[in-house]
Amino acid sequence: MEKIVKGKAFIFGANIDTDQIYPGRYLELTDPKEVGKHALEGADPNLVKEFKPGDIIVASTNFGCGSSREQAAITLKAIEVGAILADSFARIFYRNAINLGIPLLVCPKIHDLVKKGDTLRVHMITGEVVNESTGAKAQAQPLSDYVMKILESGGIKPMIRKQIGADA
Amino acid sequence: MGGDRMEDIVHAIEKILAKAAGKDSVVTGEIVNCWVDLGEVNDIYLQTVRSFYEMGGKKVHDPRKLVFIMDHYAPASTILQADNQRQFREFCREQNIELFFDVDQGVCHQAMVDNGLVYPGMILVATDSHTTTHGAFGAFGTGVGATDMAVIMITGKLWFRVPEIIRFHLTGTLPKGVFAKDAILRIIGDLGADYGIYKGIEFTGPLLKSLNVSERMSLCNMTTEIGAKTAYIQPDDITLDFVRGPVKNEFQVFTTDPGYKYAAEHTYDVSRLKPQLAAPHSVDNVHPLEKFIGTPIDQAFLGTCTGGRAEDLAIAAKILKGKKVHRGTRFIVVPASKEVLLEAMARGFMQILVEAGATFVTPGCAACLGTHEGILAPGETCITASSRNFPGRMGSTKAQIYVGSPASVAAAALEGRIVDPTGYLD
Repeated sequence: MEKIVKGKAFIFGANIDTDQIYPGRYLELTDPKEVGKHALEGADPNLVKEFKPGDIIVASTNFGCGSSREQAAITLKAIEVGAILADSFARIFYRNAINLGIPLLVCPKIHDLVKKGDTLRVHMITGEVVNESTGAKAQAQPLSDYVMKILESGGIKPMIRKQIGADA
Repeated sequence: MGGDRMEDIVHAIEKILAKAAGKDSVVTGEIVNCWVDLGEVNDIYLQTVRSFYEMGGKKVHDPRKLVFIMDHYAPASTILQADNQRQFREFCREQNIELFFDVDQGVCHQAMVDNGLVYPGMILVATDSHTTTHGAFGAFGTGVGATDMAVIMITGKLWFRVPEIIRFHLTGTLPKGVFAKDAILRIIGDLGADYGIYKGIEFTGPLLKSLNVSERMSLCNMTTEIGAKTAYIQPDDITLDFVRGPVKNEFQVFTTDPGYKYAAEHTYDVSRLKPQLAAPHSVDNVHPLEKFIGTPIDQAFLGTCTGGRAEDLAIAAKILKGKKVHRGTRFIVVPASKEVLLEAMARGFMQILVEAGATFVTPGCAACLGTHEGILAPGETCITASSRNFPGRMGSTKAQIYVGSPASVAAAALEGRIVDPTGYLD
């Protein structure tokens, strides 16, 4: 996991559900490259054209609510999201993203401090968020020890491989 | 002595988690690693098989504790869907997983209940957000994604954070035309889609005595729409009478100690509740149905793990017996499971509904998630007995979806517009 993430912000509102993050009609796709072509299509059909690897998604409350589909996390990993900051996350999406090694930070009121295109610098360990375009600062909640352990392993897959001695 | 310290006063959910983690007790917020009694995988999650191999999995930990259910694409509508299901069949053959439910069995949550796989006190994890449904049986049911499920397939266990628990105390009697679905919609509308994130939700109170298993399942099912991790109803005679038939194994009923301190408590008297609808485009945009009376309906959808049980089809049959679905309105009826379909045939609901002009779809998730069997065109309006009305949920993002009770759906099918169902239930 990168300790410092820096990228341009893309802004979303409250209750962005997994049907908007990854519409149901694409669930049959399994190749992550194909899955990545439809990231957040239900909320912003132009996102994939504008989004660059390392850019940051900022949302209001309950990001990722709705279905348990892991494709919602896979699609954001496929576009190489740098980090996702939200006032709060829905629980299954949160687990799915952490399992895939996507850095997520709960950062109350972040949605009000950032507009589209602002450059953000995020310190994943301390939770400090700086809006370099405006100078505004925010403090995210620190990650729990268990979540940090998963992220530092690069996601739960490398962690389990090690645990069961798959690479021994 | 003892028994009066706060840490000795424990909720049934905590007792279930403690037992599954091999611990004497757990505390709120603690991360526990629990043995999972049953892991369920459905057919939009081929990633479970991929993650299993990506993590170095060779043989599943215990093939008897896994069930694979082909429901979201039952039966397949595209070559890709068919190929995903083919790979599941192959995986289950290779891994000696006998609990493979093919495209005839219906929605996972109903099919598991019908087949006696759900019982009080168990830990049930499924690749589906509506796994909270099984709180209706006093089970700890929770939804996860594909990679979490693959961890269960490899190790038999999964980590959980012990949740805060919120109580909803339900009193009064449901008026005619008003159902458990209306009550849970009202709760969601009052508290918002993020109120219960990470929380356990328990329902208590005298109303439960008048709710059958089907309505209890609908209540618990919809708690995921406020973000809940799990739901719980203390097993009683209604629960035990129900599970005694299909469930063959031994199980333990856990109870909450008197004096347990909930993170929050809400009391709802349903006696004066009116039919409710969640209006486009979020499940917490809930208003009394009367606000929308007269709204023209292109499609009425009755089905799913929320509203496709025999009791729901019975209500629709009562409303449509000897009548005709409004010309220009499509009425899609999807029995939640094979058992529901058999009951719908045996009790004549299918005959009544098909004669009335309903389109029957074979058991499964169907149009609920916008993949097939009744998806919506731009500009169309649907009323559904399912759980969600997110933009694009059932097809076009330019379609409008209203979520209501099975009675509200059937009455709208009859009239071709939103009406109060109360007068149609005489």
